[in-house]
Amino acid sequence: MYIIVIGGGRVGYYLTKALLDEGHEVLLVEKNATLCEKITDELGSVCFRGDGCEAATLVEIGTGRADMFIAVTGDDEDNLVACQVAKYKFNVPRTIARNRNPGNEPLFKKLGVDVVVSSTNIILEHIEEEVPTHPLTHLFTLGDRGLEIVEIKIPPESTTVGKAVKELPLPEESKLVLVIPTERKPRLATASTILQAGDRVIALTPPESEEQLRTALRGS
Amino acid sequence: MGCGRVGGQLAGLLDAEGHTVTVLDTDAYSFRRLPSDFGGTALVGNGLDQEALKRAGIEEADAFVVVTQGDNRNVMAAQIAKHIFNVPRVICRIYDPLRQELYQTLGLEAISPTTVFARLLKEKLEG
Repeated sequence: MYIIVIGGGRVGYYLTKALLDEGHEVLLVEKNATLCEKITDELGSVCFRGDGCEAATLVEIGTGRADMFIAVTGDDEDNLVACQVAKYKFNVPRTIARNRNPGNEPLFKKLGVDVVVSSTNIILEHIEEEVPTHPLTHLFTLGDRGLEIVEIKIPPESTTVGKAVKELPLPEESKLVLVIPTERKPRLATASTILQAGDRVIALTPPESEEQLRTALRGS
Repeated sequence: MGCGRVGGQLAGLLDAEGHTVTVLDTDAYSFRRLPSDFGGTALVGNGLDQEALKRAGIEEADAFVVVTQGDNRNVMAAQIAKHIFNVPRVICRIYDPLRQELYQTLGLEAISPTTVFARLLKEKLEG
């Protein structure tokens, strides 16, 4: 695969390195000459000096035949424009943009960026996972499809402990998938599954039913 | 958005004609470019931040003009105004003629001062 990476900062550098190790043809585009030289010294001639938003640069590096275009500069607006130029001028099949302000994610998707990676959100999610008292953790969001996978812990003092799944006032659009007890093996959630204190429940839900799902599972 | 020479002057002209004008810039010092009798609002804030745009009243705006120094910033802010806030008229400045062309075909009203001024100079020389 021919992959173009825009932005030779830390993210761009390590991404390029990893993609090269996987055997891909990678070209990193970086504006700063000094940085470009340093990267060339370390990774070989994979760094092109130029502005990744400029159509002229993108022509020169053969963007037309790129399979993937990844913009990971530190500025959201640069990443957006680079991806849009790649997508609409060069028809790159897959564009990926790094996003610092999580509020921009819907905009990027609407404007033709295929995948938006929000570093802030990723860090937040990891922190959420590590905080044991957090009632609901987002594991995975299916983009704009309006569905997410969440994890909910059953607190020991909850009124739902000892109850079967069918007895819970679950929102209609949500589906419990897996129940992970503290010590035993995880099992698929069925209508007759009894919840135990400390169980971790993995569920599919639309974001708007999240609150109702959480209340149904955690009781009072 | 963007209170440079162009932004400041445009805001002054529109204000003088009786429009309700709000100027947004990240640097309060830029407001010195507004005429001394400017009757509109000058607001410090980043136009890429949707909260700042709301504070500037973008939801009630009839028109949004972006003239900061950064092409990409202008493009992104213009697209936020057009696609998120559905502002009826959005105009942005894009210095780079190639990018201006692209965004024009994507439905953004974009002006490249580079192209306009080069054409103007050529006409002057020939005329």
